[in-house]
Amino acid sequence: MSVLDFLIPPSEASRRNGPHDVIVLSSRVRLARNLRTVPFPSHSKKADRMKAFEALMPVVRSLPLMGPDAFSESMDKLPALEKQILVERHLISREHAAKNAGSGLVFNREESVCVMVNEEDHLRMQALRPGLQLRQAWMTIDSVDSALQERVEFAFAERYGFLTACPTNLGTGIRVSAMLHLPGLVLAEQINQIIQAVNKLGLAVRGLYGEGTEALGNIFQVSNQMTLGESENDIVERINKVLLQIIEHEQNARHAQLEKKPAVLLNHIGRAYGILGNAWSISSKEAMNLLSFMRLGVDLGLFRDMPKSQVDELFLRSQPAHLQLAHPLRDKLASDERDLFRAEMLRQSTSSFPRPDPSLIRPPGGPTEGPAAA
Amino acid sequence: MLCQFCKVKEATVHVTEIADNKVKKVDACAACAKEKNYNDPTAFALADHLLGLGASQKMEEASEAVGAVSCDQCGYTQADFKKSGRLGCARCYEVFSEGLDSVLKTMHKDVRHRGKVPAALQKVLKSSQLLNRLTKELQDAIQREDFETAARLRDEIKAAKAVA
Repeated sequence: MSVLDFLIPPSEASRRNGPHDVIVLSSRVRLARNLRTVPFPSHSKKADRMKAFEALMPVVRSLPLMGPDAFSESMDKLPALEKQILVERHLISREHAAKNAGSGLVFNREESVCVMVNEEDHLRMQALRPGLQLRQAWMTIDSVDSALQERVEFAFAERYGFLTACPTNLGTGIRVSAMLHLPGLVLAEQINQIIQAVNKLGLAVRGLYGEGTEALGNIFQVSNQMTLGESENDIVERINKVLLQIIEHEQNARHAQLEKKPAVLLNHIGRAYGILGNAWSISSKEAMNLLSFMRLGVDLGLFRDMPKSQVDELFLRSQPAHLQLAHPLRDKLASDERDLFRAEMLRQSTSSFPRPDPSLIRPPGGPTEGPAAA
Repeated sequence: MLCQFCKVKEATVHVTEIADNKVKKVDACAACAKEKNYNDPTAFALADHLLGLGASQKMEEASEAVGAVSCDQCGYTQADFKKSGRLGCARCYEVFSEGLDSVLKTMHKDVRHRGKVPAALQKVLKSSQLLNRLTKELQDAIQREDFETAARLRDEIKAAKAVA
């Protein structure tokens, strides 16, 4: 079965919701693990990589959390376009998309647990959740890890903890991260201050697709950098606390903009609506920035009876691979033709959107806010 | 100065190589330098990129401090470590452990693991930690000639060893 038939369609995927999902798009906790007796994938010979692959794939596939119908495949069986789709869904890293025979992927129906076999480490396993749910994500992946430890022996040293190919992941092997939509802080020009403050706390701020990527569409990823010398719980709690503060700052920034410069805000949102509905060529960068303002408009109640899932769906469908998939030429679609096709898709989709109506505006942090993270 | 390979473009990459005690100078344009692989300095930049600024220098210091040249299990060398910032296998962490702490200090909160321990190891670790503590207390007691405490500690160690 193709991974395309397995994946949750964009319309459904964007309807998933969780606490604080006005600002926190998703939460993720990833663990890195290696087999004790086999060299790490980056350095090992093909035979060793195959050994790890053969040993791990069936064990991961049979995890109770994977359910009876998990997707499980060797990376060489996936066409390039499908790998790119998985990257855009945040199910695999860009590094893993470049892997072939000897590397594998297993994830469950709900797309909430995903394991990469032979990425930089033998196992990179992650739990994904919509909204701010770091604790739940940690509990999920912790149980996956414990279940695996009953079947295979991981490289572990009393002093250094779990051993990883890169010393930056040593110890807990944990990477706790959340994807945040912060248009208020960007408009208020406070985002750099926030990034600096967060960096000082030992946390990294990155763009949409992780390491080395640009912050498109006002979306930022916050994650821990240090993995050794602190327990998993402490790391999760620390990031959770920081995220709650960023949420508050973002709400305050939106409030202040609305009070002091409502015309600037309405101008951005109105222009986004106008361009998306009328442009004939849009790059993915421009589309993401415009959709960011649309989402802000929905958050502020400017569009009558419109759920944010409609904007989130367009966000996903504007990504290069998702767009190519929808076109008859698929991966033969050139980038400039892609921009035309993107504009066409966005024109059609937004034609049913209500016009922004300033009389509907409601202050941020009001009744639309989800319940506090448990 | 023109590129010594294509002799068309201006040389922008200047490399001094020392191999077999012979000094060799290369002046090349960017394209030829890339083609002939004269871009080695990026190896250091890579470690910087991965581990934060200044890390490559630390890494270099660390790998110089490391006694062993290569890992006896996977054949990973100091040079591999320096170049990639990564290790080859679990055994590498023992082989290259000397000097590794200074690298770890620059990137982590502490150099000791405080997180999850595999369930299978938990019992073993707990008893070995207890044994270490009791043994140290026993030595202290003997030092101060507190033989009453020493006798009690000796029995406790015996009991702990029996359980393990």
